[in-house]
Amino acid sequence: MYSTNYHRASSVDEAVALIAKGSDAKFLAGGHTLLPVMKQRLAAPGDLVDIAKIPALIGIEASGDTLTIKAATTYYDIMHNADVKRMIPAIAHLTSVLGDPAVRYRGTIGGSVATNDPAADYPAAILALNATVKTNKREIPADQFFKGLFMTALEDNEMITAISFPVPEKAGYAKMRNPASRFALTGVFVAKLKSGEIRAAATGASQDGVMRVPVIEDALKANWSASALDGIKVSDDGLIEDIHGTSDYRANLIKVMAQRAVQAAG
Amino acid sequence: MSKVSLTVNGKLVTADVEDRTLLVHLLRDHLGLTGTHVGCDTSQCGCCVVHIDGRAVKSCTTLVGQVDGADITTIEGISKGDELHPMQAAFRDNHGLQCGYCTPGMIMSAIDIVHRYGGNLDEETVRHELEGNICRCTGYHNIVKSVLDAASRMNVAQAAE
Repeated sequence: MYSTNYHRASSVDEAVALIAKGSDAKFLAGGHTLLPVMKQRLAAPGDLVDIAKIPALIGIEASGDTLTIKAATTYYDIMHNADVKRMIPAIAHLTSVLGDPAVRYRGTIGGSVATNDPAADYPAAILALNATVKTNKREIPADQFFKGLFMTALEDNEMITAISFPVPEKAGYAKMRNPASRFALTGVFVAKLKSGEIRAAATGASQDGVMRVPVIEDALKANWSASALDGIKVSDDGLIEDIHGTSDYRANLIKVMAQRAVQAAG
Repeated sequence: MSKVSLTVNGKLVTADVEDRTLLVHLLRDHLGLTGTHVGCDTSQCGCCVVHIDGRAVKSCTTLVGQVDGADITTIEGISKGDELHPMQAAFRDNHGLQCGYCTPGMIMSAIDIVHRYGGNLDEETVRHELEGNICRCTGYHNIVKSVLDAASRMNVAQAAE
């Protein structure tokens, strides 16, 4: 990788100040997306600000109908957390099929969400559960956060501090994994919120990254069951077509994964 | 350049290295601990797995700054003198290695798996948990046998303590 300067921040304020002062600076949490990209010389931040050990960014809080996961909490700690398993088991499941054990020890939810890789898993959960992305400056609703491939609503010097999930009535996640990279070839998160709203989000499928799937939401609104999706057809417009699968294949995967997600949700 | 201090296999180590230095390069190039391997450039193969504060992670995807102050154990640090770690002994007895390139990472990941699961390991779990370690000889069958064998040896050893 190209030369860089490493800084370890001990507070959110210090981290943001270091970023503002750095040259093309980037936040570093688990580093399991950023460092591989830097090794390939596709990114060359002059300064890295390590936020993984900031106490205010680590931990999980359950209060009433809200589950808040702080940004630098690792996948390992999320999937084994009793509140996560009790309140939104679909998130524990999603985390358990993300990466591999060594990756799960280091990767963080904030890192995944800030990167917004088009095949990352957490963006699907955030969009389907209508979660709120909290930053050092404001709170951003899920529908306004994801802006396309690797793009988010985050501004310069803005850092995700936590994600707040409303506890749903039911939720499920199903994913067809690329066997080599373990990224989602297509993953679908479905949720029936306590407000009655039904939301479904697909990752790994669209050229624009995570997206809601209205045709699935409409069918589930009429009848929350896997069989309600038997007759639907998901359009392959704008879906990814690559060596792993055609856009048509992914369109069908969205439907099949949605059915499995509904079954998992019960 | 930055000065980092960390504990490697029980010894305190201090090094003056460029900030871009990866932990695996500190171990191999600066400390001469070449048992930890680099098998890919994409953080997928697991040949470089070491324990950082007791957790099996990829040293090729960790900057030295991130482990300043940490406690590292590599494949060189798990035996007691000439007495192999039960995981190493099980790999030898079960022919758990062919070319051997992936073996250090396999062993470091496998020890972590046994620590997490204790006596509740079965074949399916071991195969699933080893998903982050790739063997290009495709010798997984005996690797899985080795891990299961070691798990019973380690649990017996623990019970005896």
